[in-house]
Amino acid sequence: MSTALDQLFVNLKHWVVSRFPADWQLPVGMLISAGAIIVVFASLFAITVLAERKGLGRIQNRPGPNRVGPFGLLQPLADFLKMLTKENIIPQAADGLIYFLAPTLVILPTLLSFSVLPMGRNMTAVDVDAGLLFFFAVGASVELAVFMAGWASRNKFALLGAMRAIAQMICYELPLILSTVAVVMVAGSLSLSGIVDHQAGYYGGWLARWHVFTPWGLAGFLLFMTAATAESNRAPFDLPEGESEIIAGHLIEYSGFKYALFFMGEYFGMMAVSGLGITLFLGGWRPPFAGLEWVPTYLWFFGKLGVCIAVFIWVRGTLPRLRADQLMNFAWKFMLPLTLINLLGAAAWHYTADWSFLGATPARWLLGATLLGAPYLALSRRLFGGHGIGPRTYRFAT
Amino acid sequence: MHTGFLLLALLTLASAGAAMCLRNLVHCALCVAISFVSLAALFLTLDAEFVGFAQILVYVGAVAILIVIAILLTRDISGHGQSLVFKPWTLGVGVGALVAGSLVSAVTSSAFTHRELPPAPAATVRQLGESLMTTYVVPLEIIGLLLTAALLGAVLLARRENEGGGRS
Amino acid sequence: MNLPGTGIIKGMVETARNFVGSYHDPERLTTIEYPEERLTQPENARSFPMLIFDDDPVKGLRCVACKICEKECPPQCIYIVQDRDERGKPRKFPRIFDLDISVCMSCQICVEVCPFDSIKMNTEFELSTDDRFGRLLLHRDDLAKSNEYYHQIHATEAAEVDARLADEKAKAEAKAKPAAAKPASPVPTAAKAAAPAQPAAPVKSPAADKPAAKPASPAEPAAA
Repeated sequence: MSTALDQLFVNLKHWVVSRFPADWQLPVGMLISAGAIIVVFASLFAITVLAERKGLGRIQNRPGPNRVGPFGLLQPLADFLKMLTKENIIPQAADGLIYFLAPTLVILPTLLSFSVLPMGRNMTAVDVDAGLLFFFAVGASVELAVFMAGWASRNKFALLGAMRAIAQMICYELPLILSTVAVVMVAGSLSLSGIVDHQAGYYGGWLARWHVFTPWGLAGFLLFMTAATAESNRAPFDLPEGESEIIAGHLIEYSGFKYALFFMGEYFGMMAVSGLGITLFLGGWRPPFAGLEWVPTYLWFFGKLGVCIAVFIWVRGTLPRLRADQLMNFAWKFMLPLTLINLLGAAAWHYTADWSFLGATPARWLLGATLLGAPYLALSRRLFGGHGIGPRTYRFAT
Repeated sequence: MHTGFLLLALLTLASAGAAMCLRNLVHCALCVAISFVSLAALFLTLDAEFVGFAQILVYVGAVAILIVIAILLTRDISGHGQSLVFKPWTLGVGVGALVAGSLVSAVTSSAFTHRELPPAPAATVRQLGESLMTTYVVPLEIIGLLLTAALLGAVLLARRENEGGGRS
Repeated sequence: MNLPGTGIIKGMVETARNFVGSYHDPERLTTIEYPEERLTQPENARSFPMLIFDDDPVKGLRCVACKICEKECPPQCIYIVQDRDERGKPRKFPRIFDLDISVCMSCQICVEVCPFDSIKMNTEFELSTDDRFGRLLLHRDDLAKSNEYYHQIHATEAAEVDARLADEKAKAEAKAKPAAAKPASPVPTAAKAAAPAQPAAPVKSPAADKPAAKPASPAEPAAA
């Protein structure tokens, strides 16, 4: 029964595909997968936007949108209609073709990157051998799209925003990729379903063997999510779109549906990178405790995705935007060394796996914690040491 | 497969040609990016997953961006720049033809093309990694060292001279 | 010891407290959901001017079309045409009193200069319309508001004005009684006389035996 429910969508797809003649089966299957991804994530996007607006409101002690439909639940529909009916403005000096292509190019890679994520047992649209590499390869082209948007708008703020976005994305791509390298090292695979399989089983018969339940995995997960926040240009790393200084950066000249596409691309990016984090560190579609296997696997995946998105919203509601130099210092002087050290931590965990004396697990944890904690303290002291934190002094005002 | 190859090859050549001929430098850079992508697609049609993805990751994600930033930082980007076509164009075409001709002749005259090859085994990423880490570990390390040296050199060049170890 | 990173956690806890608190404690929500709920306006609120009438919306208008407000208005948003009777003699009544609230800047100078306490500030703010020329140009009859309404929106101020007007009326009657032979001197002249020095006022009009009668009017002719 539970397997039937678990494999419901897989079997449904197989059944539909088997109705078609043999030559058609491959393209039809692909179309079904692509359509399912687009529909599921587009509706998830609508829900996320609503949840973000409501959640941010509540965090700021406001009710949030509550006018359209019961409790404001139809707000995404209203937003959608508004975006569709807005005037599509193309600046006179804009570079027409590139200006037109940029929003498409923002959304395309993120949609592509969903295709390699295992969203449930047997629910990977394209199970490539080098899935992780594919994910980062398509993700890398977002930078080019952002540059195209900023440059084609012929607006100095747009160009400034694009430059900021590119600088930030390049800087944070390094820690992002390096934090996943630890997983690749331990799992011995670049295939995302292989990595999920590596997290099968339970510690002590109850706690899942997710990577996040190891010292290096915990540190790696936090580093990964921090870098992912910066990579998807979300607060507190949203300075490419800083409203106060460069008025939404590369989005400044976009309106109507093109703007909606950028907006959607940003949220898709956030979901994709959260999905990757889930796959790499949170056991993908696997349940956290033994005895919960009866819950369909896709529910685990999307449940974890929801939690990740909620944390993203929570962080956005909490932290103020960084300054550009703080952003760069944080990337190069804190994130990058820590991710490199985390590789060492992963290796230490990997090679102490055969320790079997009494109290081996606490000893391994202690080892990992010292390996990662000491550099953490030292680096953060260096980063913030002496200046930065403390009561603010003003030179001229009293 | 054959038409796919033809289309991709045409796209690669066309975008490479456009990258040379277009007047606007940023357009040229974007055309270079297109040719990188279509090259990656060519690799993918040859079942070389790893190389294809690495091509996109490195060339589109890093090299194209680097080119673009270099253009933005060094040139007037108003879009009224001169064409990049080299003025005594016969010279350029001559050099190009010489290089292409020697490459083509080298490929056609090699024993490689006259042999009936067994179908290449699909190289998995694992095999690639293992051979990189065992057979080719010395070249890999040398390349890594070289890149590190280049990076350090760039940092040294970018550092202002009067700045004595302060905040960079 | 202050462990790095604890600040972020503290902040997250604080926002989480806000999030949860806003659901179980409605006191936290500061939003007034406007069309259903309204803030009571402070008594000194003002939007745009209105004209006060006493009994009848047309005949009871206090405005005498003296045009002081029209001249004083900085953005020149008031337009007044004095009414004339059949023989062409000017009447103390505005035939046209137009006020363009798209030009008006709510500075209240018209209210300060009006010697007759006729023009006062309204508090109505729901004035949005899709007809810029029709509905934003208020005419005499749109502007006319009863004294009771004035009492409703500016209770203290209206009471003061009423007391002053009653005072002036009593004074004028008292003045008219002993000097019935000569016509009662118009208010502005009396005010002008009071302007230079208030104790000197009784000299010119001996009937006015209450020198501190006009608290507001001395300034008005001076401004005019």
